[in-house]
Amino acid sequence: MKKGRPALRDAAVAAGALIVVLAIPLVHRSPAFEDFIIRLSAMGLLATSLNLLVGNTGMVSFGHGMFYGFGAYAFALTMQLTDLSLPVAAVLAVAVTTFAALCVGAICVRLSTDYFAFITLAFQMLFYSVIISWQSLTGGDQGLRGGITRREIFGFELGSQLHLYQFCAVVAVLGLLALRHISTSPFGQTLRMIRDNESRASFLGIVLWRARLWTFTIAGAFAGLGGVLAALFVSGAYPELADWPNSGQAIFAVMLGGINSFLGPVLGAAILLALNDVVTRFTEYYGLVLGIVILAFALGLRRGVLDFLRMAWPGRSR
Amino acid sequence: MDLDALGACLTTPACVVTQTTSGLIVGMLLFLVAAGVTLIFGVLKIVNFAHGTFYMLGGYVAYTALGVTDSYAIAVLSATLTMALFGVVFERALMSRVYGSNVLMQLLICYAVVLIFDDLVKILWGPEFHAMGMPPAFQVPPLFIAGGVVPPFYAVLIGIAALIAIVLGLGLSMTRLGKTVRAAAINPQMVSALGVNTTLLFAIVFAVGGGLAGLAGALAAPVRSLSPGMGFSILIESFIVTVIGGMGSIAGALVSALLIGMVRGFGTIGFPQFTDGLIYIVMIAILLLRPQGLFGRSS
Repeated sequence: MKKGRPALRDAAVAAGALIVVLAIPLVHRSPAFEDFIIRLSAMGLLATSLNLLVGNTGMVSFGHGMFYGFGAYAFALTMQLTDLSLPVAAVLAVAVTTFAALCVGAICVRLSTDYFAFITLAFQMLFYSVIISWQSLTGGDQGLRGGITRREIFGFELGSQLHLYQFCAVVAVLGLLALRHISTSPFGQTLRMIRDNESRASFLGIVLWRARLWTFTIAGAFAGLGGVLAALFVSGAYPELADWPNSGQAIFAVMLGGINSFLGPVLGAAILLALNDVVTRFTEYYGLVLGIVILAFALGLRRGVLDFLRMAWPGRSR
Repeated sequence: MDLDALGACLTTPACVVTQTTSGLIVGMLLFLVAAGVTLIFGVLKIVNFAHGTFYMLGGYVAYTALGVTDSYAIAVLSATLTMALFGVVFERALMSRVYGSNVLMQLLICYAVVLIFDDLVKILWGPEFHAMGMPPAFQVPPLFIAGGVVPPFYAVLIGIAALIAIVLGLGLSMTRLGKTVRAAAINPQMVSALGVNTTLLFAIVFAVGGGLAGLAGALAAPVRSLSPGMGFSILIESFIVTVIGGMGSIAGALVSALLIGMVRGFGTIGFPQFTDGLIYIVMIAILLLRPQGLFGRSS
């Protein structure tokens, strides 16, 4: 179906995108744009990892933001309570988040679609209320203040915005490349088969719950990575990072960008963030404008932007 | 955690009466909202994320109607009817366009409506909290039951909700319309092929759901404050109720709404910091023991 070696092509695309993103500040410095890319790298990882569940496997999770918040809190707490270096703390945070996703997933993945959506939502809300009520550890609704010491790593001085920008861009592109690799691998194909016809997949000898649990865990890990970037950006961890609207945002990013395109969720996240930045400059009624835009997309295009474009110009692969 | 306080409360009749009443208030309001959610899901297989908005608008409509007419009865009636109409318009103008498409597409549309109306409420009524206050007819001395204080309005609210539960239950099991609704929940194509106007039926289901949510909003307005975000918290709780009870089951919604109400009523004494968390733990536990909910049919 595809010519050449898709893994190499994906790596080339990723390298090209990374070079462009890293080159922009050399030509023109814009703090607003750099902030935007930093937030997009966190949100893009969250949305793309959610799409591994939703688009690839057909598992609609309403509580994916839990692992985003989990990663952020795990990272910020490690940085504040220990003197581990930043990469070690980040790896540790992602590892802890992965384990949390494994535990939550073990309970959730056997439920049917609608109930799966709501039990993930319940876990997210439970996690949120634990954060709010465990004040001695998490600072309650005030969040973890006091900042994260942004120690230097690999020559990146994360206190400077430019270096944070470069760091987030590199991490996000590598993360997306890894997710891309997973979704095109035989395992990713298996997941799409489960989505399309789970009885057939089951007849072929695939253990459904095990495949789903793996996916849930992997998706949780990458959401946790996004949370680490978010914690770096806000230099702390706040309950908002673990609250439901983040799960909602991720779902809308997936839907707006396109559920069947790998980069759709990133585009959707970019649209949401850009809309937020532009609209809040003109009016305080952001929800009103966002709601109307969502309605226009949902009723007009009936699918995500990237899916729509691929349908309008067929022949191009993703 | 304060288990001593909980134990002390459970052995004092006055405290039991007070907490049971407040639990019943929470439970009955939740039931009115969740009954609509579960009815709409049962018949249309749509998870209506905009249902909290119906509840919020019901409260605000009642608030304004009371200010204009000075009659709480008219306020409740106008909130119920307005939201029933709103439910029909919502179904016809938006949801009917995405029947049969992706669940997430329906969610997207509902969420757009939530965002739009949260902001419209801010524009029309202002972002601040509004207190409707107790209607004059109910500003009478409270009842005392076994030493516990029960405001008369609470008794009326619980009575109205219980009446609705009975009417809804009997209506679904005894009347022709109720039987058609139950048939449509099982096999809409067949019902349509037998000559029932399912388009009208779907609109009626949304009207009933919207009207109940509006009624809940109007009944909640005197005991809770009105704010633009009030729809979201009751939405999440009514989902929990729906899921615990078994999606599509009215009886399940009643039982689990009362269960959640009691967990809230007594949880505030035993676990004041963690009442919300307690509810999610109950939900997770029940889903693990009975994945289809208390009254759900296993597929």
